[in-house]
Amino acid sequence: MHRLCLVALVAVAVPTTTTFGQEVPHAIIGARIIPVAGPEIEDGAMLVHHGKILAVGERDRISVPDGAIRIDATGKTLMPGLICTHSHVGGIGGADSSHPIQPDARIFDSINVHNPGFRRVVAGGITTINIMPGSGHLLSGQTIYVKMRPANTIEDKFILNSAGKPMGGIKMANGTNSRRKAPFPGTRAKSASLIRERYIKAQEYKRKTAQADGDPKKIPARDIGLDALVEVLNGTRIVHHHTHRHDDIMTVIRLAREFGFRVVLHHVSEAWKVASEIAQADVPCSVILVDSPGGKLEARGLYFETGAILEKAGVKVAFHTDDWITDSRLFSRMAALGVRAGMSREGAIKSLTIHGAEMLDLGDRIGTLETGKDADFIILSGDLFSVYTKVLETWVEGERVFDRTNPDDYLYAVGGFGAGKDQIPYLCCVRHQEN
Amino acid sequence: MIERCFQVLFTLLVCASSSPVATAQVAVRGETVYPMAGPPIKDGLVIIRDGKIVSVGPASTSSVPDGIRVLRGKVVVPGLIDAHSTVGMSGILNYAHDQDQLERSSPIQPELRALDAYNAHEDLVEWVRSFGITTIHTGHAPGELISGQTMIVKTSGNTVEDAVLVETAAVATTLSSSARKKEKGKSPGTRGKMMAMLRAELIKAREYLQKQQHADDEKKPDKSLRLETLGRVLNGETPLLVTADRAQDIASALRIAREFDLKLILDSAAEAYLLIDEIKAANVPVIIHPSMYRAFGDRKNLSFETAAKLLHAGIPIAMQSGYESYVPKARVILFEAGIAAANGLTFEEALGTITIEAAKILGISKTVGSLEVGKDGDVAIFDGDPFEYTTHCIGVVIDGKVVSDTPR
Repeated sequence: MHRLCLVALVAVAVPTTTTFGQEVPHAIIGARIIPVAGPEIEDGAMLVHHGKILAVGERDRISVPDGAIRIDATGKTLMPGLICTHSHVGGIGGADSSHPIQPDARIFDSINVHNPGFRRVVAGGITTINIMPGSGHLLSGQTIYVKMRPANTIEDKFILNSAGKPMGGIKMANGTNSRRKAPFPGTRAKSASLIRERYIKAQEYKRKTAQADGDPKKIPARDIGLDALVEVLNGTRIVHHHTHRHDDIMTVIRLAREFGFRVVLHHVSEAWKVASEIAQADVPCSVILVDSPGGKLEARGLYFETGAILEKAGVKVAFHTDDWITDSRLFSRMAALGVRAGMSREGAIKSLTIHGAEMLDLGDRIGTLETGKDADFIILSGDLFSVYTKVLETWVEGERVFDRTNPDDYLYAVGGFGAGKDQIPYLCCVRHQEN
Repeated sequence: MIERCFQVLFTLLVCASSSPVATAQVAVRGETVYPMAGPPIKDGLVIIRDGKIVSVGPASTSSVPDGIRVLRGKVVVPGLIDAHSTVGMSGILNYAHDQDQLERSSPIQPELRALDAYNAHEDLVEWVRSFGITTIHTGHAPGELISGQTMIVKTSGNTVEDAVLVETAAVATTLSSSARKKEKGKSPGTRGKMMAMLRAELIKAREYLQKQQHADDEKKPDKSLRLETLGRVLNGETPLLVTADRAQDIASALRIAREFDLKLILDSAAEAYLLIDEIKAANVPVIIHPSMYRAFGDRKNLSFETAAKLLHAGIPIAMQSGYESYVPKARVILFEAGIAAANGLTFEEALGTITIEAAKILGISKTVGSLEVGKDGDVAIFDGDPFEYTTHCIGVVIDGKVVSDTPR
C-alpha cells in the first residue's frame, strides 16, 4: 500500500518538476565548452529546451532559433553539472543502532529538502548526488539518487527509472566502520559472515518467490529488506561500499563475485596498494581525499596519489564529497588535488562527471553535454581546477538553480550570517527572473 | 610502497644531518621571490649562511658562492607560519593514546605546558612541513574554559627543545559551546558560568600577584603554577588566546579583556564580521578559523570572506589550521589561506596571513615571517602560484637546512 501511494505521489510530482524546464529554448553562447564526450570547444554554443540538450558545438555551427533566450557566456567555461556519488546532506538519519544490517531503511524517508546543505551543493556546481545513509553498519540502508531541482518534498528531487521508480543504491561498509558490541560484528571475518548469511537469505527469498509463480499460498511473507537485496542480486540496485584498507577492498570484491553484486568501492584509502587487482575485477572506485592522512587507523594510508595510481591501472575513478566530511562547495578541489598528484586533467574531469554518472547507472542521461541528455550544466569563471575559479551558475534540467549574482545564492556560496539556517521554503521554489 | 620507503629513508637522512654543527650554506633562487618585506623580486636570490639569511635581492646583483647547493623554483616565499594549530599535540590517529591536546579533568588548567606534550616526531609535523610550513603555533586545544598553554615551534628538530621558539606563547581559553559541560552538576554548564569562573580566576591571580609584592617573605603566597601563569597574562607578558565563534562570545572576550586590561588574541571568530567596529576599537588581532572548517554548531555562519572583511577594515589577521577531532587530522594552512585568496584577499595579503602578519601577531617577527637579512633561513619553494591546487611545494628550508625536496 505504502509503495502504491509513493508511486502515485511520484506520478504527481513528475509533471510539476518538468514544468520548470524552459518553455522557450535557451542558448548559451560563446563559452569554452567541455562536453566531456568529446574534445573541448574554444568558442562554443549550446542549445537547451524543455530540460534537454538540443545541440552542442562550435558557436557558428549551432543555429539559435528565433525567440530563444540568449545567454552570453563569453570568456566563461561551460561543462556538465558535477555528480557526487556519495553525500550525506539533508539532515539525514538512516539505519538505527538496533542491527548491523538494515536494508529496509530508506534514506529518502529522512531528508529535509530545506537543509542549507542543498544550497551549498548547487553552489559547488553539483547537479546530481547520491544521498547515502550514515556510517557504522555493515549495511545501513537504501540510498537515493537525486537531482538538485528546487523542491518542497524529496519526491521533487527523485530520478525515476523506466518503470517510474526512484533510483538508488544500497550502502554497505566493512573494516572497522561497523565493529562494535553484538549484534554488531567484532571482527572482519564476522562482518563478512553476517553479510553472506543475509545475502544467502535473499537468494532463498528470491528463489521461493520465483518458484511460487504468483501463487499467494507459496509466496514467502513479504520482507521489505530482502526486497531491496533481491534488487541487488538482480543488478538493478548498485552496492555503494565504504571500504578503506587494501584487504577490506579485496573482501568486497570477493563478496561481490560470490553474490553477483554490482559494486562501487567508496573512499578506498589504500586502493593504491591493490590497484591492479581492482582493475582486474573491473570494479569502479569513488575516491575521497582529505587534507591529511589518518584519523582512523584504516585511513592512515590515504594519499593524494590514489586517483592517479588507479587511473594508470585502468580503474574507473570518481570522487565524492562525503558531505559534510568535505564541503560540496569545494568538490572540484578534490579532483584538482588528484591532478596535483599525477592524475590526468581529462581523467579528473571525467571523475567529477561521466564516471560518477555511470556509477549511478545514469550515464545515458547525465554526465556529458550531448544532444538528448538532461540540460544539467554549470558555468564557471575559469579553469575548473583553479582555486580562483567560481561557479557562476548551476542549471538542472534547463532550470537555473544557482546564480552567484543573486544575493540569496551568494550567501550560501561564501557563507555568512544566516547561511547556517534552513532555507526559507518559499524562496527555494520561486523562479529567478529570466535574463 | 617504494615511495613510502623513500620517504622514510629521506626522513632518516634529514634526521641524521641535523647535527648541531654549523650548517653549510644554501641558496634559493626563484623566478619570483616574495620577501614579504618589500616588493616581489623578479629572478631573486636568497643566500643563507649558518642558518640565517645573509642576502636577499635580484640574482643579477649577488653571486652564489662556489660549491653551495642552490634550490630553484618559480615562486619563493618565507617559510609558512600556521598561526594556530594543535599538530604535534594531537597525533595522526583519533585514538586517546595519540591525542594530547586536551586534558578533560578540570575546566581551568593554565599550568599545562605544551612543551611537555609536543611530539617532534609526529607524522603530521612532517606532513605539514612538506607543504612549506616551517613554524607552527601549537598547543592545548579549544574545548575547556582554560585548556592550557600554547607554544611556537619550528617543524624540525629531534626534540621539542630543538624545535621551540617560544615556550609559552599564549594561554588557550575557550568561550564557546564546546567548553560547556553536559554532565549535570558540572561547571561551566552555561555561558554565564563560563565568564563567572574566568573572572573569578583572574581576580584570584591578581590577588596572588599583589600578595607576592609583600615585603615580608613569610606573608608571600605559596607558589602556584596555575596563578603564576595567569599572573603573566595579567602582566601582559602572555596573551590570552580566546577561541570564540558566535558574535556574543566574541563580545564576551572583548569584555573580559577590557575588565582586566589583557593582551587578547581572538581565535577562530567565525562571526567576527558582525563586530568589526568593536574588534577594531579594542585593537585586537584575529587568528581566523580555517576557511574550510565545517559550517555547523557555533561556526554555522562562518564565511570564506571573513579574512578579507577584517583585513580591509584594518584589523590585523592571520589564518590558522585549527583543531580537527575527526578528519583531516591536520589542515594545511597553505590551502586555508588559498581559499581566502580566492575570496577577497589579494595574493600578497593572503600570503601575509601565513607569513609576516602571523609572525607579528605571535610576536616572532624579529626572527621569522619574512625574507630579510639576519632572519632565520626558513624558505618555501613552489613550482607555481602556491595557492593553486595543482602547484607543488618543491623545497622547504628551515634554519638553512633543506628539510624537504620531494614535490608535494
